[in-house]
Amino acid sequence: MSVFETVKEIIVEVKDIAAEDIKLESNFEADLEADSLDIVEMIMLLEEKFDFEIPEDAAEAMKTVKDVVDYIEKRLADDNT
Amino acid sequence: MAPRRVVITGMGTISPLGNSYDEFWTRLIAGQSGIGLIERFDTSNHPAKIAAEVKDFKAQDYMPRAEARRMDLFIQYGCAATRVALEDAALDVKTVDLDRTGVIVGSGIGGLETYEKQHNAMLKKGVNGVSPFFIPMLIPNMAAGHISIMFGPRGPASCSVTACATATNCIGDAFRLIKYGITDVMISGGTEAPITPLSIAGFCAMKALSTHNEFPEKACRPFDIDRNGFVMGEGAAVLILEEMEHALNRGAKIYAELTGYGSSADANHIVQPDPEGYGAAKALEYALIEADMKPEQIDHINAHGTGTMYNDIIETKALKKVFGAHSYDIAVNSTKAATGHMMGAAGAIELIAATGALCHNLVPPTLNLENPDPQCDLNYVRGKARTHIINAAASESLGFGGHNAALIIKKWG
Repeated sequence: MSVFETVKEIIVEVKDIAAEDIKLESNFEADLEADSLDIVEMIMLLEEKFDFEIPEDAAEAMKTVKDVVDYIEKRLADDNT
Repeated sequence: MAPRRVVITGMGTISPLGNSYDEFWTRLIAGQSGIGLIERFDTSNHPAKIAAEVKDFKAQDYMPRAEARRMDLFIQYGCAATRVALEDAALDVKTVDLDRTGVIVGSGIGGLETYEKQHNAMLKKGVNGVSPFFIPMLIPNMAAGHISIMFGPRGPASCSVTACATATNCIGDAFRLIKYGITDVMISGGTEAPITPLSIAGFCAMKALSTHNEFPEKACRPFDIDRNGFVMGEGAAVLILEEMEHALNRGAKIYAELTGYGSSADANHIVQPDPEGYGAAKALEYALIEADMKPEQIDHINAHGTGTMYNDIIETKALKKVFGAHSYDIAVNSTKAATGHMMGAAGAIELIAATGALCHNLVPPTLNLENPDPQCDLNYVRGKARTHIINAAASESLGFGGHNAALIIKKWG
């Protein structure tokens, strides 16, 4: 499963919205109606899924789904090198 | 402003005997029991293995799934029972003055299941493993908080937390807000979800729970010589209270008039009631004074009746103290043998049971009361439901901490 698919799955679990409504460019607050507590929970679920910690400053910089996907892909690539 | 009259226009339950007032009442009158073996967790090491669990409850039938995820079970029960009660009252909250509509729905304990899970998460994953929803799922005011958010009332929203007297205190407080002109409509009652491994272990440690595991339906035996403790229940019960003119103006169905509330403290012991039932009697006396009624006018009492030695004997003494010779004419029952002890919701489900009795002139039976304790010699309704003309009834609750509360309802029309 691609990173985008995994992120989407977690957003669906937390926000109960249709997967097809989640785009790479979706903004968590504006488009997905996620509040700060939702975002903390999603980050925790991602950490569990990918088995690494996401530092707070990195998490705070994530505004869109793409920000999250890019960050995770980069971390996975770094881990493999 | 002169005190105003308050009526009950809606009742909702999420309970071991059904998830609406009609279903609850039908099963209660038929003498059915909601008690069985605990299915929710492994009870191998628990001395008590029985409880009255809510069956067939799906939170998403009552609220969006994403909202339900942020709630402990006690909050889900409270919100669901509110929706059921509002439907029963045929009341769309958006059509009333939201600033003059409030919520007082309490819980005796709060989010126990959440507490246990999050504590485990911290032990396993460390401090960062604790959910951001831990605190807003745990704290006992969050049923009231979520109900106001879900349905929109902006008047007073709070909760009394007085253990097993919680819902009776909540309804009493809500009653007075309407009576003294602060609000016109109140959503009030209680909710509890205490069937968890830690909670059952704690009540077992107190030796409070019945261990008659082999016959779950026979385990809770209020006022019976063979009783050996209460049986845990769970769920929520919510009543819609309205100022009388407000209810009449919208053509609401009126179940009963709420006329009196009394509340007192034993100031005696953390979990044992005052040996002479002084506090319990005082709560009833204060409720009678507020209702402007004589003891002889009460026809039915839904007792706290937990099926513990302390409660049953002392509550019987308290009733005799208040009602004298008339106490033998009152049809007394305990519905806890059917619903289990719903803790913070008990006072509300029992006021609903008493309201049903008042409306139908039919008193639900006290299950399993086969051999009354000689010290419990009142006119308990046992065996099956009893026809009894009821013009006024009382419901009483006694909580750990020595909290006592009583409510009085009067026939409408």
